[in-house]
Amino acid sequence: MREDTKTLVFAAGICPVCSLLLSGTASGLKGRIEANEEFDVKRNIVKAFGVDISNKAEWSREKIEATYEKNVSETDANGLPLYTWTEDGADKPSKYAFPISGKGLWSMLYGYIALESDLETIAGITFYKHGETPGLGAEIEKPWFQNNFVGKKLYADGVPTAFEIAKGKAPAGNDHAVDGISGATLTGKGVQALLNKDSAAYADYFNQIKGN
Amino acid sequence: MAAAKKLLMDPFSDNNPITVQVLGICSALAVTVKVDTAIVMTLALTSVVTLSNVVISLLRNVIPSGIRMIVEMAVIASLVIIADQLLKAFLFDISKQLSVFVGLIITNCIVMGRAEAFALQNPPGPSMLDGLGNGVGYGIILIAVASIREFLGFGSWFGIQLLPENYMGNGLALLAPGAFIILGLLIWLQRTINKYVEES
Repeated sequence: MREDTKTLVFAAGICPVCSLLLSGTASGLKGRIEANEEFDVKRNIVKAFGVDISNKAEWSREKIEATYEKNVSETDANGLPLYTWTEDGADKPSKYAFPISGKGLWSMLYGYIALESDLETIAGITFYKHGETPGLGAEIEKPWFQNNFVGKKLYADGVPTAFEIAKGKAPAGNDHAVDGISGATLTGKGVQALLNKDSAAYADYFNQIKGN
Repeated sequence: MAAAKKLLMDPFSDNNPITVQVLGICSALAVTVKVDTAIVMTLALTSVVTLSNVVISLLRNVIPSGIRMIVEMAVIASLVIIADQLLKAFLFDISKQLSVFVGLIITNCIVMGRAEAFALQNPPGPSMLDGLGNGVGYGIILIAVASIREFLGFGSWFGIQLLPENYMGNGLALLAPGAFIILGLLIWLQRTINKYVEES
């Protein structure tokens, strides 16, 4: 066989073999991967509602999924996704969460923020996907940073507060500012911008349901 | 037997892919912030380089020389994508931390380098040992760098807190420049021990 023909035949042979192998693996594992991604979202929503799931031995995957099924329901807020938390036995939701996303320093940040029933006070916040520097910007996924948000006000009288990630310590008594991360001022600015953007997007809806 | 042992052990130290050949630096900087990610990255790279060496060695007499590198790429890329999918399915949290770096094994010079330099000229058995040896040699350095960085940066090793909780992490160790410095010192140390001199 001529050298060229041999090359063509070989190339024509290796391509289907590789593609079959890949599509086989992809479709075989698709269910598992999607289930993992779905669970990751649920875990973060539960966490945003202020449930402390840091103890991995206690909060197994099954327990988190069961909690999600029992207490969380998905609705929409004038076309935007909204999650509500209903305590066991209660008939009205007591907490509301919505997705937040925006630009950090190196990457997009994705997370959820939850509000108490007054629709102003923050019940919890999480970031589940980002590509910030470990030890600096990536501290946004750490409890010490996220816990500072709890009890602060995202809205005041239905209007978004100009929420602030302070540079260094937040001024005492300021209910719409949290301590920044030293070495990660720009990630902090990103978090601040995305909070202001997303809180503005949901303000109308929260004012609507507040009247009822 | 001695030859097989040499094939396997040589890349651990005397011919280490990172400290002697200075290949695979990119991931050695990127995934060495913590020991657990370094270990998973080592496992992923070792399985890819071992399998790709075997496959390419099996095909070595039929691969047309004109498209040799493209065929190597196709084999390596397929293996890497499979490894990435397996991690996503079974070790989801770690695959999130490794993010794009599993996919980037495709461009890791060690994998392509061993295929070109060894698997194309040798039968599958020795090629497998060569791949395994290089994967482990890469892993030793990766875990060494990660151990130093995790200790300095978080005060812990493999997630176990070694220093008091109020230890202020060293930010430099966690950033890429810190990894460069540590890697450079390791290369220096190893070359001094092995008395390796770069020929010019």
